Amino acid sequence: MTTAPEFTLCEQLIVAASEAWRGNGELVATGIGPAPRLAAGLAKLTHTPELMMTDGEAYLVEDPVPLGPRGYDDRKAAGYLPFSRFFDAAVWSGKRHAMVTPSQIDRFGQTNISYLGGTYDQPKVQMLGARGFPGNSICHINSMFVPAHSKRIFVEGEVDMVSSVGYNPARRTPGVDFSRVDLRLIVTDLCVMDFGGTDNAIRVVMLHPGVTFEQVQEATGFALEAASEITETPAPTAEQLAIIAQLDPHRLRAGVLKDNPAGKRS
Amino acid sequence: MNKQLTIEEFVASLKSGMTIGIAGWGPRRKPMALVRAILRSELTDLTIVAYGGPEVGMLCAAGKVKKLIFGFVSMDAIPLEPYFRKAREAGTLDILELDEGMLQWGLKAAAFRLPFLPTHVGLGTDVMTHGGFKTVQSPYDDGEVLLAMPALKLDAALLHVHRADKLGNIQALGPDTYYDEWFARAADRTFVSAEEVVDRMDHSYPEDARANIVERCFIHGVVEAPLGAHPTSMPPSYGWDMKHLKSYADSAREDGGWDRYFADTIGADEAGYLDRVGGKDAVAALPLPIF
Repeated sequence: MTTAPEFTLCEQLIVAASEAWRGNGELVATGIGPAPRLAAGLAKLTHTPELMMTDGEAYLVEDPVPLGPRGYDDRKAAGYLPFSRFFDAAVWSGKRHAMVTPSQIDRFGQTNISYLGGTYDQPKVQMLGARGFPGNSICHINSMFVPAHSKRIFVEGEVDMVSSVGYNPARRTPGVDFSRVDLRLIVTDLCVMDFGGTDNAIRVVMLHPGVTFEQVQEATGFALEAASEITETPAPTAEQLAIIAQLDPHRLRAGVLKDNPAGKRS
Repeated sequence: MNKQLTIEEFVASLKSGMTIGIAGWGPRRKPMALVRAILRSELTDLTIVAYGGPEVGMLCAAGKVKKLIFGFVSMDAIPLEPYFRKAREAGTLDILELDEGMLQWGLKAAAFRLPFLPTHVGLGTDVMTHGGFKTVQSPYDDGEVLLAMPALKLDAALLHVHRADKLGNIQALGPDTYYDEWFARAADRTFVSAEEVVDRMDHSYPEDARANIVERCFIHGVVEAPLGAHPTSMPPSYGWDMKHLKSYADSAREDGGWDRYFADTIGADEAGYLDRVGGKDAVAALPLPIF
């Protein structure tokens, strides 16, 4: 495969993020937000065609639905998975791998999308509410996409409200089966991390070209582990870039990272 | 048997202090005409149970809500509902924050007349910590500890559907009916607004009986409200009115914004509402949202 001449960092991240679903088989790949959604589509159209996917509304599709304005009926339904069946069929059954962008992530992989600061009764900044995060995190595989790696996201202590379960031993209620908690990848604008450290600690496994481990550590509120061999995030291939372009005809990916920086190869 | 009510009769049958479930999902297929009737009424101290959209923000802004039981509150393309946010950040709302799946599970427990249903969901999170949920242990060999999701019993549930008849047979078309049927079965009384009310469904639309998402014994009142989901979406009939939702959201940043929205848009009665938001034809022609 040839390497494409030019690409953006966002496209490089989309390719890295698509690896989260490699070999997952027949489950629903959900990417929330433009880059995770493109990554899921790319995974299905390249290495893992068995993946299932929705049109974002109610139907299962075999051709990933392009982002942005299109004809309502352009997407062709192959199956049906409305919200009214979602918990039965995808979430609680474990037949799903979601990639999300939380507002806070802590060292245990616990995340928060409920509120920031203040208290449960009077938050400083109210956000969405826990949505499906408690159920997602205890029932199926999850990954994360962070477009601006910083200490505001990767917080020093615990997240302000634990919306999703991680690997915090202090929150392991005795007798509860936490064996389905399965956090895979965190793709950020600096690096790729997994949960392969000591006791599922977050570990840097790939650095984007030109980024150092120290730089990542500096932007993280807790101590990171380093994989024994940290590799460099690969450049997208021409084929991957063509698929991304086809799935994002309006170039919404250009707005994912601040100033849409160019990608680099070593 | 005739369950048809005027919108005034509907709102007169509710009482302050009730627990009311509002079906639909975020800015999708919300019974907005019924909600507006509540906004115009003297009702107060309500406990609202919802997958929340603009109806939650409006009810909060109008001071109708004592307690909110929710999985989320969002208007999709406008992710954060501004009036819900204001109420939360002012610390004036009593809340129970749930996972989305826990909410429908609590409705199912109520529908099945069970005190609770067990689930993994919520364990290990602050939804458990703050919600005061209790656990149960499986009596079988696995001995697993599970969260006991209490029944979410509703005094009333509100739905908006495409068709209803005077007997309470309803049909909800469109790609997704969310958890509407469980709101209905969890409630003592369910009120349905419909785009169209006919005398007998079997005389008018027998071919669509599979769209009858909940049996008529669970439906107590039927109100005709054409375009009654506006500004939320009603597929396949019409889409959400994002322009309207945006100006509603913007009003939250202005002094007296809610009072103005109420006076200019909600207004004194439902009869003039559609004219105030651009007219019947414009609402009926709103394109379906693309995801």
